[in-house]
Amino acid sequence: MALNEEDVARIARLARIELTPERRAHALQELNGMLHIIERLQQEDTEGVEPMAHPLSAIEDVALRLRADRVTESGSESERAALMRNAPEAQDGLFLVPKVLE
Amino acid sequence: MTKPALHTEFADIAALRQALDRRAVSAVELASSALDAAQSAGDLNAFLHIDADLTLEQARAADAALAAGNAGPLTGVPIAHKDAFVTRGWRTTAGSRMLEGYLSPFDATVVERLQQAGAVSIGKLNCDEFAMGSGNENSAFGPVRNPWDTGAVPGGSSGGSAAAVAARLVAAATGTDTGGSVRQPAALCGVTGIKPTYGTVSRFGIVAFGSSLDQAGPLAASSRDALALLDAMAGFDPRDATSVEHCGKDANEPGRVRRGFDAAQAGYDAAGAKPLSGLRIGVPAEYFGAGLSDEVRAAVEAALAQFEALGARRVDISLPRTELAIPAYYVIAPAEASSNLARYDGVRYGHRAAQYGDLTEMISRSRAEGFGDEVRRRILIGTYVLSHGYYDAYYLQAQRLRRLIAQDFQRALTQCDVIMGPVAPTVAKNIGDNRDDPTADWLADVYTLGISLAGLPAMSVPCGFGTGAHERRPVGLQIIGNYFDEGRLLAIADRYQHVTDWHQRVPATQDA
Repeated sequence: MALNEEDVARIARLARIELTPERRAHALQELNGMLHIIERLQQEDTEGVEPMAHPLSAIEDVALRLRADRVTESGSESERAALMRNAPEAQDGLFLVPKVLE
Repeated sequence: MTKPALHTEFADIAALRQALDRRAVSAVELASSALDAAQSAGDLNAFLHIDADLTLEQARAADAALAAGNAGPLTGVPIAHKDAFVTRGWRTTAGSRMLEGYLSPFDATVVERLQQAGAVSIGKLNCDEFAMGSGNENSAFGPVRNPWDTGAVPGGSSGGSAAAVAARLVAAATGTDTGGSVRQPAALCGVTGIKPTYGTVSRFGIVAFGSSLDQAGPLAASSRDALALLDAMAGFDPRDATSVEHCGKDANEPGRVRRGFDAAQAGYDAAGAKPLSGLRIGVPAEYFGAGLSDEVRAAVEAALAQFEALGARRVDISLPRTELAIPAYYVIAPAEASSNLARYDGVRYGHRAAQYGDLTEMISRSRAEGFGDEVRRRILIGTYVLSHGYYDAYYLQAQRLRRLIAQDFQRALTQCDVIMGPVAPTVAKNIGDNRDDPTADWLADVYTLGISLAGLPAMSVPCGFGTGAHERRPVGLQIIGNYFDEGRLLAIADRYQHVTDWHQRVPATQDA
């Protein structure tokens, strides 16, 4: 099943990746190429097979651990500064984004 | 390139460590010389960030530890990290414009463990953007050149790691492997690399790509050197939700891999002249099909004959879903990538577009500008296979197929002890060869993807070169084991390296 330009626009919107009209046409071609490879999945009968999310579930029961709900970082000014020094725009210890509510 | 780095004067990491213990050489001397070698090999483009002050600080600490008599297993050994590991001090970009200039507030667990073991980092190594690629041509900071033949790719995604080890700029390097990204560049650059069992090495601090597949592993000159690193890297980490506490009966802790290695070696020693007597090597018919180039086939067959000479027995096996690993992987890995890379929104870190209107436009434009072509493609396809109405047909179907593929390996491993075959169907391609066909590299991952989906350990061992115009392009042999068999795989590879010298060959110094 081949995708059309509308599908690509929808996927790009879901992925939050802006595509110019020119790029969209290119992406359409590329995505259909990838789908062509992926479609071969449908050849295999997997009726009754349990989906495998963790590879070690092939040999043992896997339960993901939950960590204790405990503060592990000090939350000091210097820790905050180290975390925020990569922010594109920040002020007074806050990350700045365009206005969301008018 | 100018003078070879000082560490190349020692046979391996063990010899280097002994020389450091004897004080015949200092960590600062080793680090300075590796820094010089890395800088003068700049045309390889293997390093993305070098900071001599940070390196020398670690080297001085190593010398102090040696003087105080509390050195670790890797104290003073010059290594370098793939740029997919976050590091304090050194910038971390994962080969992406998105993270240009990013400074992590913490070290990845692997980085921390290797530092605790005493290793000295020479810097950060180039890789495919977010570890997506098989040729290192997807790095936003330019391709890496293969030191054997500078017109060739080094493989990927850990291309900088493989090139730096092949050129002997460092004694060893870290890499990550999601679908072959340690094994394939190791093969294409003629070095030894191992991807351990999923869950044995912590993913904490690895820039995430496909979380159910990502594993870190070392690249080094020999199996013994790879062991030295892996043994220090592996171990349970509570900060990684998929890190395993136990490997079968054994605790997942430093020392486990070496104990497995030593136990296997003791058995081989006892066997005498034919050390690998009784070892059953499974050779999957599907790994030797029409897609395999003659030159790779010849080198791998010669290696198998060598193993038979060591006493091993060859068993024909079948991995019937080998080719289906391609569609399964290229659904699961992009799906996980689309989810993991959703974090890059230009708010807390990463690239932010200069011009935008509202918040959504800011995010969408920042992502469009920050991601390269392959990453964008994979996010889009990953988003699609997870989207409403397609999830069952693609993602769940791929996860079901993944289980069947893992079961195929388990069935095969009842007939044999390890599996051997090629790592990649061809030797390294020329830089630029795949420019017009973004999915050509996908199909070339056919021998590595199934192992990643199954989470099994596998390594790449140098076993020869191509022919004719490819006579300087290395070939790797893949050795695949059952879960937690890292020690045995490394011991088997070590026996092969006792009787061959492919791993000792180094590229001629070239003026590119």
